[in-house]
Amino acid sequence: MSDRPVVELADVSKTFETSGRRVEALHRVSVAVARNEFAALLGPSGCGKSTLLNMVAGFEAPSGGDVLFDGEPVRAPDPRRAVVFQEPALFPWYTVLDNITFGLRTRGVPAASYRARVEAFIEQVGLRGFESHYPAELSGGMKQRVGIARVLVMEPDVLLMDEPFGSLDAQTRSVMQELLLSVWERHHQTVLFVTHDIEEALLLADSVSVMTARPGRIKKRLEVGLPRPRSLEVTTSPAFNALKREVLALIREESMKAAVEGGTSVR
Amino acid sequence: MRRLWPALLPLGFLALWTAAVHQHWVTEGIIPSPLQVAQSWHRWIFGTPVKSLSPYSGTWLAAVLYSSRRVLQGFLLAAAVGIPLGLFVGWNRLVARLVDPSIQLLRPVPITAWLPFAIAVFGIYDASALFLIGLGAFYPIVVNTTHGVRDTNLLLLRAARMMGAGETTILTKVVFRSALPSIFTGLRLGIGIAWTAVIVAEMIAVKSGLGYVLWDAYYVGRMDICVATMFSVGLLGFLSDRALQLLARVVLKWRTLEAHA
Repeated sequence: MSDRPVVELADVSKTFETSGRRVEALHRVSVAVARNEFAALLGPSGCGKSTLLNMVAGFEAPSGGDVLFDGEPVRAPDPRRAVVFQEPALFPWYTVLDNITFGLRTRGVPAASYRARVEAFIEQVGLRGFESHYPAELSGGMKQRVGIARVLVMEPDVLLMDEPFGSLDAQTRSVMQELLLSVWERHHQTVLFVTHDIEEALLLADSVSVMTARPGRIKKRLEVGLPRPRSLEVTTSPAFNALKREVLALIREESMKAAVEGGTSVR
Repeated sequence: MRRLWPALLPLGFLALWTAAVHQHWVTEGIIPSPLQVAQSWHRWIFGTPVKSLSPYSGTWLAAVLYSSRRVLQGFLLAAAVGIPLGLFVGWNRLVARLVDPSIQLLRPVPITAWLPFAIAVFGIYDASALFLIGLGAFYPIVVNTTHGVRDTNLLLLRAARMMGAGETTILTKVVFRSALPSIFTGLRLGIGIAWTAVIVAEMIAVKSGLGYVLWDAYYVGRMDICVATMFSVGLLGFLSDRALQLLARVVLKWRTLEAHA
């Protein structure tokens, strides 16, 4: 196995054209995600972090620069780069089980070869007993468990997560974060995780890339040296708080700059 | 008491109708009373105890079967063409640009206006009727299918793509499924138009079925049979719509769950 990053963005820019106005969403962003790394992209809404993820997924093309996966330019979506969306995006006409096996069935994997693995993942994400339910019968948190299970069973090379817990209530979010930590401890998937929640990024990730808003740039990449396996308790440790302070300072610096540029006086 | 509420208007109407005939508010001999209609209808369905030469004795079922078969055939034809075509028009921009303008241009032509053309081309045969019924039902089916396809959630398409789905899988497993509620709307509108079309076609283009009976009875001054035919068609239209609704409830089970969530 090579040391080459699984995902690599080199000088990636993205410009949108909306009603004749050009808006630069991302400005020369460079990010690398190593194999088995849990990398977080942390930034305010509108910093282009979802756009960045969409480009890695192959949903959108960059305006400039290179988006590489395993050293090859990304051209189209691929099951090796699986996505967990903010909205669960489940197929409402399929049961939980059929949603989870969609990717496998689509690629013609024989049912006998994945049944045990699917069972195991259903167990791990806590969906046992809900296999024949329809998405409409599930809570937001349960839906997102299905969204996670359906990509885990495909055993992708990288997991792209776009604020997957952003629309959940605080308590459910904590439960889901712990769930993701336990799943990650088992499989050590390569993850690119987008969030605007500082604590979430520090709790889950090995590295946190702090982004700035409009146009989005990487301000700084921090290594989160917190020991694993982690649980929610880690968020009360002094080391965690030191990291959080560092991130807060970076963000404050940035919002000050934005305020000055916006013409607002800052004391 | 609440269960009787929906029956109130029809009962009131029947009472008014009876009164109008008996009090001679309407010209005598032209409008039959509800009782006369019921008696004629009964004879039309079950026949008379003694053998009768009347064409309206015991021939109801045959007329119903003729019309129903035409509606079913024309409707299935419309669905078989309209649903796949709607899928492609909604999904593929090139197909849309090729086909959609023609559909929109032809759609305002009422199916009744197609009658002379249909008879000239297909003659006084079933084919004329099937053409009119099929064409009438085709428009709402194709238009609603197209709308349903275009309303497919982009996120679901992306989800399918990132799980490795190709175009065919996406079209059959995602787009079609997502458009199904809209397709059923089109089918229900289509079957309604099919019943309109079959009556028109049978009045002029073929010599059997409820539409033929309706026109024939009018010519020989049997308004009781005319009214009985109207009720018959209404009933059949209602039942076929109910059948479609039932089918939709089974096929779109996930949607009823959504409504209760």
